[in-house]
Amino acid sequence: MFGKLSLADIPYHEPIIVGAVGAMILGGLALFIALTYFKKWGYLWSEWITSVDHKKIGVMYIIVAMIMLLRGFSDAIMMRAQQAIAGTGAEGYLPPHHYDQIFTAHGVIMIFFVAMPLVAGLMNVVVPLQIGARDVAFPFLNSLSFWLFVVGVILMNLSLAVGEFAATGWVAYPPLSGIQYSPGVGVDYYIWALQISGMGTLLTGVNFVVTILKMRTTGMTLMRMPIFTWNALCTSVLIVAAFPILTATLALLTLDRYLGMHFFTNELGGNPMMYVNLIWAWGHPEVYILILPAFGVFSEVASTFSGKRMFGYVSMVWATVAITVLSFVVWLHHFFTMGSGGNVNAFFGIATTIIAIPTGVKIFTWLFTMYKGRIRFTTPMMWTIGFIITFSIGGMTGVLLAVPGADFVLHNSLFLIAHFHNVIIGGAVFGYFAGVAYWFPKAFGFTLNEKLGKYAFWCWLVGFYVAFMPLYVLGFMGMTRRLNHYDNPDWNAWLIVAAVGALIIGLGIAFQLLQFYVSIRDRKKNLDVTGDPWGGRTLEWSTSSPPPFYNFAHQPVVDDIDAYWGAKEKGIAERKAADYQDIHMPRNTGVGFIISAFSLALGFALIWHIWWLAIVGTLGMIITFIVRSYDDDIDYYVPAAEVARIENERLQKLANQA
Amino acid sequence: MRKKKHSIFSSLLALAATGLLSGCDMTLLDPKGPVGLEEKHLILTAFGLMLIVVIPVIVMAILFSIKYRASNKDAEYAPNWAHSTKIEVVVWGVPLVIVAFLAVLIWKTSHSLDPFRPLDSDVKPITIEAVALDWKWLFIYPEQGIATINEIAFPANTPVNFRITSDTVMNTLFIPALGSMVYAMGGMQTQLHLLAHETGEFGGGSANYSGAGFSDMKFIAHSMTDENFNAWVEKVKTSPKTLEHQVYADVAKPSEKHPIEYYSSVAPHLFQDIIDKYLKGDYSKRVDQVMDQAMHKGAHDGAAE
Repeated sequence: MFGKLSLADIPYHEPIIVGAVGAMILGGLALFIALTYFKKWGYLWSEWITSVDHKKIGVMYIIVAMIMLLRGFSDAIMMRAQQAIAGTGAEGYLPPHHYDQIFTAHGVIMIFFVAMPLVAGLMNVVVPLQIGARDVAFPFLNSLSFWLFVVGVILMNLSLAVGEFAATGWVAYPPLSGIQYSPGVGVDYYIWALQISGMGTLLTGVNFVVTILKMRTTGMTLMRMPIFTWNALCTSVLIVAAFPILTATLALLTLDRYLGMHFFTNELGGNPMMYVNLIWAWGHPEVYILILPAFGVFSEVASTFSGKRMFGYVSMVWATVAITVLSFVVWLHHFFTMGSGGNVNAFFGIATTIIAIPTGVKIFTWLFTMYKGRIRFTTPMMWTIGFIITFSIGGMTGVLLAVPGADFVLHNSLFLIAHFHNVIIGGAVFGYFAGVAYWFPKAFGFTLNEKLGKYAFWCWLVGFYVAFMPLYVLGFMGMTRRLNHYDNPDWNAWLIVAAVGALIIGLGIAFQLLQFYVSIRDRKKNLDVTGDPWGGRTLEWSTSSPPPFYNFAHQPVVDDIDAYWGAKEKGIAERKAADYQDIHMPRNTGVGFIISAFSLALGFALIWHIWWLAIVGTLGMIITFIVRSYDDDIDYYVPAAEVARIENERLQKLANQA
Repeated sequence: MRKKKHSIFSSLLALAATGLLSGCDMTLLDPKGPVGLEEKHLILTAFGLMLIVVIPVIVMAILFSIKYRASNKDAEYAPNWAHSTKIEVVVWGVPLVIVAFLAVLIWKTSHSLDPFRPLDSDVKPITIEAVALDWKWLFIYPEQGIATINEIAFPANTPVNFRITSDTVMNTLFIPALGSMVYAMGGMQTQLHLLAHETGEFGGGSANYSGAGFSDMKFIAHSMTDENFNAWVEKVKTSPKTLEHQVYADVAKPSEKHPIEYYSSVAPHLFQDIIDKYLKGDYSKRVDQVMDQAMHKGAHDGAAE
């Protein structure tokens, strides 16, 4: 009836897990009670869960990402604490069985359930507004993408309470992740959490490629698109090209584990090297999927807060496209030490360093955007400057690792760990935070508290250096990754410093949470009625904050790169009452949520071999989808009178303000 | 030869690095053999090349932030200035030139440092066959007919030719003080060629996570004088234990914190048998193996010209 699942699979003998799960259950319970008490279930269902509005979906992505950041960060603190105390002779407080799950979960969570939803969230909130569209090309698909992603999150967290998570490292190399060496359900949780959320990611990619290519407003040629949208386009292309590789690779691993096949086993013709190649053929483009949107944010932020046109727009676009293409021919640099031979290693080493050229161009482009500008040091701009400096260092160590001869001693060392945290934190994460601070007023109509935002920035920046510079040193001292304990007394002091750095980052996260709380509490003080709090340059700032659900009463017309800036310069940006027309909009639907709920049943059933439930889940998904296909009532027109009412209300507010 | 080319950069940087980090034991910057030494020089050279871009970037980021701050009304403000062919040529050109230098460096060192390449030496190399197990290292000395667990010894200044495989999941054989690492994989043989310039005791281990007992999958590598090495071999040969196939089957079972063990004799072809057991009837892999070795050979010949 319950497959492999039994009461023994609930790890109530592990106090740390019981504490974490207890906190999660209590939190959920508190939320449940609050929603019931304030009678908000209906609101939640009709305004959020069934919403196909790209802005709301974007906001939900970012909220989930922030929650998962807390979990991923708890993992980080536990690892840093373990390595700080598990020096010479000491075993620390985490046995390998638990520690190994933690570093695996940390990687999986931070990449798939923090960074990816921040990418998807920012693209959702921003892209349709930047291109002057009313929504994405496939609003229902967008809702489905989000809920499939949420299922991945739920499975990931469920693994904490029921059973175990993979103890294989976040890319789960076989044969270790094969059934022989990992007979538990951990790897199955990994597979299905990634497969289901990965499906959502793939659909997001398809959605945004089509949205950006087909739904730009009048006059917005490709070479007039805002840079963030260009980066979103390249990211989406990468998703569409790369995620099917992940899906196929995990499917082959699934066949190995479930049906006794031998794609990646040691014996019977299996070849683990094939998995390593395939996972990185996805994994390296994935790195650029994470970083490109952040690059886009920095471009927007640098230009806005320098009060200046983006320097070298054309160079920037081509640099982005070059990175997109090159990201597919460098995957082997993740395993130079496999023994591929000089020619192969040299090819991939050189290809990798070539990526440094367009990346370097980008950095100079941001610098020359600041050059001869009027720089306002708002929180987003602080993240950007912090990024330029930090990322340059991370890029340098990255090129160093791309030199095969250097990688032969630095591979899998803490130098590598320091490098990729340097580029992911100092690059991608700083970018997401800059983006959140920058577009928050657009999504909610009030700005975030600047003071707390800057405290958070400084904690993150200083914390990053304190936490990861010692790891570079430890790499040179010969310390390799994923060690549960060690006996080299020289390493201990550096690891203690690194743990302190992690705590400083924790303080930064605390300031961010406080910032959200204080900003929402004082929202009346930080209200932005204009819709353009920063002196923005692109179309999203031309509509109100938060924008009406249809985004623009009239489709904007574009004749330059910084369309809204140009309009303001020409004095034609002011909004006036005018003739409004009916607006065609998609209807909300709960189908995405329902299909995803069935996929959760399917995923859980497959993990625990509960075959009847797997059948129920599969049939549920298919039937819901078929029913949806026969539903013709998926769109409607907002009457012109209703548009006029909303727009006049806003004009009134603006008039009051003046 | 190559050492000389790197020497200006690397000696300066080495000085800076040792100055900054004096007092701690930077294994990779104090290598005990030619492989590690070349890698150290390579790291410092590449590092120096990149600083040509990175230092100006950091300086510019700080200077521009200060000079063009909004409160500084004296600074020039050019809101519509967005293009300069000169600057664009420089920002594409300089990284391009540096990458061109790096590319040459990468091409040469990928071949000269290829772990599969036998080291140039007049001394006859010693062969050690290494088998990664859960969670310990088995070392077989085919020429001496002995085997050990979690300990190796070799004469200083003698090339050590490692032949590496795994009878479990993927691992990496790594002795940080000597240089390069290479993967150990089941059904396959990889190679690693190292040499120690001096005698000493170096830590080694697996650099690729392989499961619960991974952290203790360590071994000691002794670099010895010839006499001491011969004495060590004799010592191993006095061990009452021998490594027959049945004994090996026991040894191969998972164990953590495995103590050092000596075996005075080894079943013939044990290493090849460990590889072959994964190849039952799988000729494609055998062909791969032969081709792989041929490829490496060809690559080295090409590089040697």
